[in-house]
Amino acid sequence: MALPLRYNIRNVLVRWRSTITTILGIALVVSVYVLMQAMAAGIEKSSANTGSPDNLLIIRRGSTAESSSIVSREQLRTLLYSPEIARTAADEPLVSADVLVLLNLPRRDGGGEANVLLRGVSPRGRDLRAQVVLVEGRWFDRGKREVVVSQRLAARFAGFGLNEEFRSGPATYRVVGHTDAGKSAFDSEVWMDADEARALFDREQYSSLLVRPKDAEAATNLIARLEKDKRLQLVAHVESAYYAKQTGTATPIKWLGNFLAIAMSVGAVFAAMNTMYAAVGARTREIGTLRVLGFRRRTVVLSFLLEGALLAGLGGALGCALSLFMNGYAVGTLNFATFSETVFEFRITPALMLQGLLFSIVVGILGTLLPALRASRLPVIAALKSL
Amino acid sequence: MSAAPAPRSATDSPEKPPEFIVTLRGLSKIYQQGDVNVTALNEVSLDIARGEFLVLMGPSGSGKSTLLHLIAGIDRPTRGELHVQGIDISRLNESQLADWRNQNVGFVFQSFNLVPVLTAAENVELPLLLTRLNRAERKKLVATALDLVGLADRMHHLPKQMSGGQEQRVAIARALVTDPQLVVADEPTGNLDAHSAHEVLGILQSLSRDHGKTVIMVTHDPKAAAFGSRQIHLEKGELTK
Ligand SMILES: Nc1ncnc2c1ncn2[C@@H]1O[C@H](COP(=O)(O)OP(=O)(O)OP(=O)(O)O)[C@@H](O)[C@H]1O
Ligand SMILES: [Mg+2]
Repeated sequence: MALPLRYNIRNVLVRWRSTITTILGIALVVSVYVLMQAMAAGIEKSSANTGSPDNLLIIRRGSTAESSSIVSREQLRTLLYSPEIARTAADEPLVSADVLVLLNLPRRDGGGEANVLLRGVSPRGRDLRAQVVLVEGRWFDRGKREVVVSQRLAARFAGFGLNEEFRSGPATYRVVGHTDAGKSAFDSEVWMDADEARALFDREQYSSLLVRPKDAEAATNLIARLEKDKRLQLVAHVESAYYAKQTGTATPIKWLGNFLAIAMSVGAVFAAMNTMYAAVGARTREIGTLRVLGFRRRTVVLSFLLEGALLAGLGGALGCALSLFMNGYAVGTLNFATFSETVFEFRITPALMLQGLLFSIVVGILGTLLPALRASRLPVIAALKSL
Repeated sequence: MSAAPAPRSATDSPEKPPEFIVTLRGLSKIYQQGDVNVTALNEVSLDIARGEFLVLMGPSGSGKSTLLHLIAGIDRPTRGELHVQGIDISRLNESQLADWRNQNVGFVFQSFNLVPVLTAAENVELPLLLTRLNRAERKKLVATALDLVGLADRMHHLPKQMSGGQEQRVAIARALVTDPQLVVADEPTGNLDAHSAHEVLGILQSLSRDHGKTVIMVTHDPKAAAFGSRQIHLEKGELTK
């Protein structure tokens, strides 16, 4: 039979100084781990949130991302009146030819400059992206160097406030509206008219086409037709699926998170080991007494492992609780696909917290294993004689 | 074995307990310290009767604790025979020995050896955690044991909240709670003042006299030894009288 848990709890409480140190150390490791994973989850969520399953995104064959794609006006003309593409009431095809431009702009807090993704959208572009809604001001007019920016970017860059202006190159742009893109990737974009953007930024070509097929069959047909057409050199992706796959930015963060977690947890394991060696050392005679009373070696080992797991679990719980303060907090990072600032939220899910907790318990058990074995290996008589 | 076993007469019931609870024949314990062999016990032969209060005396280093540890199954002899309650305990494996100690022997140490984070009642309960008794049964036995040593009112005190004498009485309650036939005590009054020592010795004496327990106690103090029913002396690992 096991030793009562209260025996371990009280021992942990009695040496409260070392307990607090150990708990804080493990809490730190766990919160770093949880936050890094929450960042990756936030980016993935923002990718998964973006685009509509009803749209097709058409980019150049061989381009890994929209930002490195080129679609010529020639190609646009060839596709514009395709029979697969839906029309508006006014019989205009639902197509947006977009151009992507990277702007280097100063941050609002004076913290240097960062790249922002500017998307030139055709007049139909707004209709195709219903998830982007205007929350303040109005949409841009063509030809007046007007832009709308997402609310989230507005908080981060100088001159992005409503009716404020910012400079890029020789020109000055006026922010006439703020948008909310529902935590999607469009929350990291500045929008203006596509043809105006092409003129201002000296772009002969577009970057991508976004089209709305008439129905699912038309979509399949268009994808197949572009696949076969070796002359056009274009590929069509379902828009939502395309963005869902753009988790490239999350991957390095996950790796960094795992690397940091492993590096820090090695430290945490040694810290826990140190604490537990001290605990075992201080309780050698007590262990001898328990063994005299008839408790087995494995009971002693189990009891110490439990104590280590308890201690580390407390640290893990604290770490999770601390990281919760960051839940929903919006941050920006470099998007490695577009090389521009991408804004997303920390997403701390229950599963992630459970992971953090398990992680801490593993750290605790690893740290306690050797001290616990030492405690149990000692012959009864030697343990009794120790002072 | 020197003595041939006595032929069993028809009137002897097979359940009748052996006359001697502890029987030692040619018991030796040799410690190996590097290249040197230290003979802590040399060919000790001894019988201890059921219900005796045996006092072990002798100079420091004479092997008193060693002998006590062997009888109590905490340590193993190098040579010789060691029967306790008719069982050759040197043949038990480690976990059998642990169970055997739990069921058959109560221990009292010079330095009390209570678990500091547990209350008096919880300390006394410890050996019962290894039995099949349920919570209520354990509580009852703990209360009885603490009552026997006169500490019923200190159940919920931690060791540091008690005097040395009280701590040692808790330790005695812990030794008794499983109702073992054998109680061993290694200098139980070594750390106590005269008054507390007197109390503790009185309890040990009444265990043997009133409750039929066999008590083996090591002491240096002749006044303590006077509480025993028999005294034996060790010198350099051998019995002298
Ligand atoms: N683990 C050990 N390793 C080596 N020698 C030991 C060990 N334990 C005891 N001894 C030796 O065995 C002898 C008997 O020791 P023991 O502890 O039995 O003496 P004791 O009569 O109880 O003495 P004291 O009155 O001081 O407690 C001593 O010479 C001691 O040094
Ligand atoms: Mg001794």
